[in-house]
Amino acid sequence: MTANDQRDDRGVRCRDLVLPRYVSAAGVHPPLDTPAYQSSRLRAPGQPLVPLPQQLTEITGPLLGPERVTAADADLTAGHSGEPLGERIIVSGRVLDSDGRPVPDTLIEIWQANASGRYAHQVDDHPAPLDPNFTGAGRCVTDSLGRYQFVTIKPGAYPWRNHYNAWRPAHIHFSLFGRAFTQRLVTQMYFPADPLFALDPIFNSIPGPQARSRLIATFDIELTQPDWALGYNWDIVLRGRTATVFETEAR
Amino acid sequence: MNHGGQMSHGGQLNHGGLMSRGLTPSQTVGPFLAIGLPWADGPFVVSPDTPGSIVIEGRVLDGAGQPVPDALVETWQADPDGRFDHPDDPRGPAREAGSFRGFGRSETNPDGSYRIVTLRPGPLPCPGGETEAPHVDVSFFARGLLDRVVTRIYFPDEAEANAADPVLASIADPGRKATLIAADEADGRLRFDIRLQGDGETVFFDV
Repeated sequence: MTANDQRDDRGVRCRDLVLPRYVSAAGVHPPLDTPAYQSSRLRAPGQPLVPLPQQLTEITGPLLGPERVTAADADLTAGHSGEPLGERIIVSGRVLDSDGRPVPDTLIEIWQANASGRYAHQVDDHPAPLDPNFTGAGRCVTDSLGRYQFVTIKPGAYPWRNHYNAWRPAHIHFSLFGRAFTQRLVTQMYFPADPLFALDPIFNSIPGPQARSRLIATFDIELTQPDWALGYNWDIVLRGRTATVFETEAR
Repeated sequence: MNHGGQMSHGGQLNHGGLMSRGLTPSQTVGPFLAIGLPWADGPFVVSPDTPGSIVIEGRVLDGAGQPVPDALVETWQADPDGRFDHPDDPRGPAREAGSFRGFGRSETNPDGSYRIVTLRPGPLPCPGGETEAPHVDVSFFARGLLDRVVTRIYFPDEAEANAADPVLASIADPGRKATLIAADEADGRLRFDIRLQGDGETVFFDV
């Protein structure tokens, strides 16, 4: 075991630098090259990915949170002159790492279609009504136990042009930072028992039914509030750390 | 010990006796990411009036050479002293708190262009004793990408540091390696185009 005490001419000090390492996500995420998803055909890289060692830039990341969020940002039904149309829901869960440790104080951003399956976006030309009382964007920061909660409207399914009679299952887009560049994740949360699951190339791009099932929220009567809103529970699991890396093997 | 209840969720015990949970898979940002992800201050890793601030800009092109207008470029980098304001950088931040976010975010425009205002990062030590050349990590998200793709921006006037960089050294093909090095533009701006597929395809990493 040799301690590193090297400097280059700009004073980089390497002495006793030991970095954590994050578990591999191999086999979890969809292959970038998924031809059934038409939009991937001209956008998925053709060359194999090059392995990137986890060094300082990768095991750190932006710790953004409270300064970017107000409590009102977690309620997508608020902030307009009236109530949005549709089924009011509570979406709640925890952000954990793969060892089950909570990921606290981390920013979550969501966006979604309205109850009719229409996004408040100029590119969406689905002939379903916009809702003047629903924009469809929210954000919050997890608490010290990694918990988050949003109030929103259940989004509708919507048609897209991937193939004849293609419809996306209802979903909410989620963006998470975690606490390291390695943990950054953008994904989609789905609702239980959607009849469109079997037909959706984006959902089915995920290898294996078990991994796919991790994107489906669970209806939760305990979370459901009487006379007000249905509750859906969804936990999100980010890459955790491997066992402590000792200096002798820290390569 | 009976872990049956937790096991039913698909977990298994790891070497440390903790419950190992299956990771949440990625999905595409889709075409409507602009509803949820752009920030007004996103491109500004530092305030543009910060002494020494630089602009990194470029275009994102698909396999047919067409601009990618529905996408997000995110950057993460060390400060000019090669440090991170993060508990896992044992050296700690060198700069005044709050003056350098390290993180940039720019949605792409209809012509596929993006722009980040930042400071040049310093070189970084590695546990193995090597030194990484100054670089910016990039996460790129778009409709059509089922997971983010990751690349790195290196600097054109760091030839010596780039030549000693272990990541660049791992890429044998000089043409491929060159896709990771920004180009000088007039008025001091740096240009870093991202080609997702085909001729001149940018090197993307598995992190």
